[in-house]
Amino acid sequence: MRITQGTFSFLPDLTDAEITAQIQYTLDQGWPCSVEFTDDPHPRNTYWDMWGLPMFDLSDAAGVLEEVNACRKAYPDRYIRLNAYDASYGRQTVALSFIVQRPAEEPGFRLDREEVSDRRIRYRLHPYALDRPEGQRYSAKS
Amino acid sequence: MTELDNGKKAEREDRWSAGVIPYAEMGYYEPDYEPPPTDVLCAFRITPQPGVPPEEAGAAVAGESSTATWTVVWTDRLTDYPTYQAKCYRVDAVPGTEDQYIAYIAYSIDLFEEGSIANLTSSIIGNVFGFKALKALRLEDMRIPLHYVKTFQGPAHGIVMEREYLDKFGRPLLGATTKPKLGLSARNYGRVVYEALRGGLDFTKDDENINSQPFMRWRDRYIYAMEGVNRAQATTGEVKGHYLNVTAATMEDMYERAQFAKELGSVIIMIDLTIGYTAIQSMAKWARANGMILHLHRAGHATYTRQKNHGVNFRVIAKWMRLAGVDHIHAGTVVGKLEGDPGSTAGYYDTCRALKQSVDPSKGIFFDQDWGSMAGVMPVASGGIHAGQMHDLLHYLGEDVILQFGGGTIGHPMGISAGATANRVALEAMIKARNEGRDYRNEGWDILRAAAKHSRELEVALSTWGDITFTYESTDTPDVVETPTAT
Repeated sequence: MRITQGTFSFLPDLTDAEITAQIQYTLDQGWPCSVEFTDDPHPRNTYWDMWGLPMFDLSDAAGVLEEVNACRKAYPDRYIRLNAYDASYGRQTVALSFIVQRPAEEPGFRLDREEVSDRRIRYRLHPYALDRPEGQRYSAKS
Repeated sequence: MTELDNGKKAEREDRWSAGVIPYAEMGYYEPDYEPPPTDVLCAFRITPQPGVPPEEAGAAVAGESSTATWTVVWTDRLTDYPTYQAKCYRVDAVPGTEDQYIAYIAYSIDLFEEGSIANLTSSIIGNVFGFKALKALRLEDMRIPLHYVKTFQGPAHGIVMEREYLDKFGRPLLGATTKPKLGLSARNYGRVVYEALRGGLDFTKDDENINSQPFMRWRDRYIYAMEGVNRAQATTGEVKGHYLNVTAATMEDMYERAQFAKELGSVIIMIDLTIGYTAIQSMAKWARANGMILHLHRAGHATYTRQKNHGVNFRVIAKWMRLAGVDHIHAGTVVGKLEGDPGSTAGYYDTCRALKQSVDPSKGIFFDQDWGSMAGVMPVASGGIHAGQMHDLLHYLGEDVILQFGGGTIGHPMGISAGATANRVALEAMIKARNEGRDYRNEGWDILRAAAKHSRELEVALSTWGDITFTYESTDTPDVVETPTAT
């Protein structure tokens, strides 16, 4: 399967040139970028690990892409996303967020159902990747 | 009226004689009045009966929506009546019409109970719309002073919190209303929910008239819809939702249904405008206390919002609903099958989303409005829209909007899921192109065709609906061209 979180998951994976164009757009809006990575794709996993601090003072799209590539090099088998942040009054939240790297295999989720009273069902979403410890979840070797 | 030495206005000599005197001479018309920033202001479109001067008609509206009755009453003198009297302070002829005027009326903030839409509306629109001296009357816009804004809860979550809660940024959200509206069994209904969500939509929706009918009772629908939602979350790894309509005959029934939706883990519930302002405020309070996004369907609004000379403009309803505390409201599509010209619709969207609004005749905005820090309401565009209009939708409606493609999802020749995918691919391709600096409005078709090369679903959608448009003249447009002239 392919998780479809982020703004561009229904398009073919963006090339570096396409990623750079998106970075340029966010910088033109005054939105600093940040890079985050994880190997826990649960939709409620809000806090992906930060690849350094948000790049508040970096206004060069090529420089942001360099950080994306450094993160890719360090974590070649994890999800990586690029966020742009809008700090303006009334927003103060993420303005754009899209996946720039995925693991080669995405095993997806198991849906556990617990039948409780009166025909109600409690659901639990379980990413298969979580059966292994952090850092080994998408690695072919382990 | 002349000014006295002590600064008060002189009254006509027989002001307190029993009988009937014109409203304008009872203090309800005051062209020199300068409303303080705390006043509630209204712009009414008035069509006086032949022979009734527009100032008198404006004064009559001011009188009947505040302290006056048809005759002089001595008990007025027991009060500080100039405070409680509404004042018509300006009357402009409407350009291009023979007999229509915009009457501006100011009301002291003391006339209204804090945080009560019911009280505000009982005052402003409670008594005047059947008034014989007027052929027609329409409330066009209101300025709610920030002092009064702050007495309302406002949206249970608002746009920013909703996006964070759903983990969806940088693009409009996508939805679809389950069709057919009526007759599906609960099990079949949940199938539509699952297919649409797994295909790529963020939300599916009960329709306004889906409550708890013999063919499908509410509890059964909720259970199957949530099976569809959870299954789709597992298939996509995304947060999904179905607007469970809790509209019912009594508050007790609505609370029971909302509570059950919460127990099932739904992120969102829905109400209809037909439940009334007080019920809406109650549900908004419940939604904030229970972490539930609150969707409002504006069922019935066109009975009083559509005619240009009579009723209440939708921008006023939108304003009231933001104060009342809903998170979503249907606000028009411009390009779809339902009424809405681009200027007016832009005004509705501003009313939902902006922190500050300025007078803008091209959008039908009559007053500056300061919302303070009140969160925005997510506008919903629904009714006869499809993937082939994506560039126009993005152009007119912007990014903070929910685009609902009901027929445009469920009617896809390859199935519901394919219809959903077509919409999502079209949307993401358009956002990507816009961000890349493309002239997406004019190159919209090229962008969609290029995206369709890697999406058979979009290709089929474009060949099915590509040239469907709804170009009818709007019945309700702002009167913008000429600057209104004071009479």
